[in-house]
Amino acid sequence: MTVPMPISLHINGERVDALVLPRQNLADFLREHLHLTGTHVGCEHGVCGACTVRVNDEIVRACLMLAVQTHGTSVQTIEGLSDSGEVADLQAAFRERNALQCGYCTPGMLMSAQDLLKQQPEPSRDQIREHLSGNYCRCTGYQAIVDAVEMTARSRRVRQQ
Amino acid sequence: MTAPKPITDGLSLLDRPNSYIGKTVPRPNLDRLLQGRGLYVSDMELPRMGHVVFLRSPHAHAKIVAIDIAAAKLKPGVIAIVTGQELAAVITPWVGVLSHLKGLKSAPQHAIAVDRVCWQGEAVAAVVATSRALAEDAIDVVFVEYQELDAVTDMRAALEPEMTVIHPSLGDNLAFERVHDAGAVDTAFAASDEIVETEFVFGRHTGVTLEPRAVVADWNAAEARLTIYQGTQAPHMVQNIAALHLGLEERQVRVVCKDVGGSFGIKVHIYADEMATYALSRLLRRPVKFVADRLESFNTDIHARDHRCKGRIGVTRDGTITAFEIDDLTGIGPYSMYPRTSAIEANQVVNLVGGPYVTKNYRARARVVFQNKNVMCQYRAVGHPIACSVTEGLVDLAAAKIGMDSIEIRRRNLVPDDAYPCASASGLKFEQLSHHASLTKLVEMMNYESLRAEQAALRDQSIYRGIGIASFIEVTNPSAAFYGVGGAKISSQDGVAIRLDAQGAVICQTSITEQGQGSESLTAQIVGSVLGVSMERVRVILGDTDNTPYGGGTWASRGAGIGGEAALQAAKILRKNILDVAAAILQSTPAELDIADNAVVNIGDGAPRIELRELARIVYFRPDTLPPGIQPELMATRHFVPREYPFAFTNGVQASWLEVDTATGFVKLLKHWVVEDCGTIINPQLVDEQIRGGVVQGLGAALFEKCVYDDHGQLTNANMADYLVPMSGEMPDIDVGHVVSPTEESELGAKGAGEAGTAGAAAAVANAVNDALSPFGTVITEIPLTPQVILTALGRI
Repeated sequence: MTVPMPISLHINGERVDALVLPRQNLADFLREHLHLTGTHVGCEHGVCGACTVRVNDEIVRACLMLAVQTHGTSVQTIEGLSDSGEVADLQAAFRERNALQCGYCTPGMLMSAQDLLKQQPEPSRDQIREHLSGNYCRCTGYQAIVDAVEMTARSRRVRQQ
Repeated sequence: MTAPKPITDGLSLLDRPNSYIGKTVPRPNLDRLLQGRGLYVSDMELPRMGHVVFLRSPHAHAKIVAIDIAAAKLKPGVIAIVTGQELAAVITPWVGVLSHLKGLKSAPQHAIAVDRVCWQGEAVAAVVATSRALAEDAIDVVFVEYQELDAVTDMRAALEPEMTVIHPSLGDNLAFERVHDAGAVDTAFAASDEIVETEFVFGRHTGVTLEPRAVVADWNAAEARLTIYQGTQAPHMVQNIAALHLGLEERQVRVVCKDVGGSFGIKVHIYADEMATYALSRLLRRPVKFVADRLESFNTDIHARDHRCKGRIGVTRDGTITAFEIDDLTGIGPYSMYPRTSAIEANQVVNLVGGPYVTKNYRARARVVFQNKNVMCQYRAVGHPIACSVTEGLVDLAAAKIGMDSIEIRRRNLVPDDAYPCASASGLKFEQLSHHASLTKLVEMMNYESLRAEQAALRDQSIYRGIGIASFIEVTNPSAAFYGVGGAKISSQDGVAIRLDAQGAVICQTSITEQGQGSESLTAQIVGSVLGVSMERVRVILGDTDNTPYGGGTWASRGAGIGGEAALQAAKILRKNILDVAAAILQSTPAELDIADNAVVNIGDGAPRIELRELARIVYFRPDTLPPGIQPELMATRHFVPREYPFAFTNGVQASWLEVDTATGFVKLLKHWVVEDCGTIINPQLVDEQIRGGVVQGLGAALFEKCVYDDHGQLTNANMADYLVPMSGEMPDIDVGHVVSPTEESELGAKGAGEAGTAGAAAAVANAVNDALSPFGTVITEIPLTPQVILTALGRI
């Protein structure tokens, strides 16, 4: 189990082929092999949510998934979501509402928020708080983040009408 | 908003087209962080960089008998394995004392333990390898033989005569003691109708910055220069300390601070493992990176607030508070931290208790003891939450004793808003505070009377809700009185250099630092406002000792008040210099000209005369066309430090509205209000968000956060699953209001706002819980208010 294994997957739409040690987690793989440092590492035991990424359209803790498990999958990181423009409105709302201070939780927070907005276009404040309750933010006290997600949900509904 | 202050005879700061002071504008450069394109130290990689992992003591107190590194040296990727003894040849030990904290003592601390470990988590050896994973593999086969020693864990027992003395050369485990006696305390208590006495217990907790402490040290032997990339709040302090202990000159050390994943005081200290990383880079002549993992963070990031404080208050039947008395005890771990020391928190408790109130009768004792636990030191709102919880807890107990409403007793005792300047019973000088205006505003915001009615109605249905009030004062804008007078090379002044570039944009270098508070934004807002330049044309450079003026950094709520004033003064000089050149070009006089919207304009009718871009072009590329004798200076530098008052105190009041489930002991926070007075507000949104974030940090302390040690000095919950922090689901919405009393010490008038939220949040919650539980005749004076604590108080378990 200590021999590097070949994996092949799509990351932010690009095909990636790599040899990875079986023990390496997805967060370290993204950061160290691919230099996608927008995926942050906060606790390395699946609690803080800083490393949240999307694998096959589901958000996961990249510190709790092994890189070898992503073989054949499609992974999206904050860099991909930013470049595609998928969360541009959410990012704008975060900026306008100052829903980030140090910014370390922000990529994971955006991932989780976008996940909620895809599932639930009209979330209540309580639902937003509940959905983001796996993403730790020490700076903001969360209210601004909840406001920004609420604002985005509202503006997306208006756009779709 | 504050009254605008004129910067010219004509327009004031707030009248001008580019007036950003007092306005909510988005922080510059947020897209970098929003798109995951920030550069935190943990993201950095340098060529030939080694990764260090520290082997840490599993014992709270033990002699190191032998360290066997033979097997580890053979592991793949290992560059070096270094013990404390070996590293001591490169870096000298330190002692965390300051001369103005009289009697404070501590023992020499090494970067890596030599001969003995004094807390669980102290580094014993370092393994440097080509990757962190390989270093961790090797550390598993470094074998250390320990001889366990008796551990001092309970702070109450630390001073008992039979107790082990952690540092025998110091004689005992007492690190520091301060006593204060003002007014006539005994007479005042004797004249009181009621005296209430209790003990307040505070859980030891820690900062849990989302990015753990991280440093990359790069000794370039060919340049004889060390570059330290570190997430720090005080780059020049790090430069000074690193140079001092590595035997270098400060010019040989550059400290660079890029993005920082949270600080809150955790990253304002010098840690042994960071010192070891600098030394390892020097020893190995290559870059070395250290990033604490989360378990290490819990065991080595400073802890705070481990206090037991006995408090006593006297009151007469008409509600007059007659005296306060406290006896505070705190355990700080085995060493006083360096260089700010671990006596500051207890010292602040003595300074701040009773601070909002009129009574001059105040007696205090604070004792700071050594113990074999992780080190304690300054964390956001240093000492304030202790002092506020003790003071406000006592005030509520006194009110309950005489049957007075908790708002009313404060109205009767808070220092009147027209009594300033004045001093507290502990000797603090107050320039201008606004306790009564703040309380009045809070009562309006929370609709106090109807909340009381709602509380009473719900109580009939066995729903137990409580209202808790906490007035507070906050230390901001510290002068040299904080550290400089005690001999620490921690600057209390800050500097800003500002220049017009060749396209008429502005580059501004400031010595304050950014960890998300908005230092960059407030600097750009001030500079844009004063210069008449749009904010997007102001670029702010921070966090680099090679490229900013010398200064303190961002801590103790000082960035806006001190760094902001330096920015204002530098911008004024640059403005004058620009107008002098413009007058020469335009054959006018500076008095007839102004700058607005990136152009020099007529002061009278505002008509544009010359764009700054064109002025810069002439100055930099066609100086030959300027009149003889004109030497433009399109760069200006100014520094600022408060001199008149040691600290610019702010004040405020918080309220908590919550519900206690008496069956489960759970507390549900329903709403929180804050009114605070930080003087001139530069960016209302940023101030409010500082307050909210600070409040939530205080709410964590109130309800969840505690480093749980067992009797052997083992930290039993050193992970994020067992150490609970506030998450979005449990936090309430927080309404923030302001009263504005600018400080006259600066033209800007700004005081700090970073710690007010944390100062009073736990006190408000504790008072609210006791208010909710008042039908049960129980009073809890311990935080965190866990279900276990509440059910125990209710006699349910």
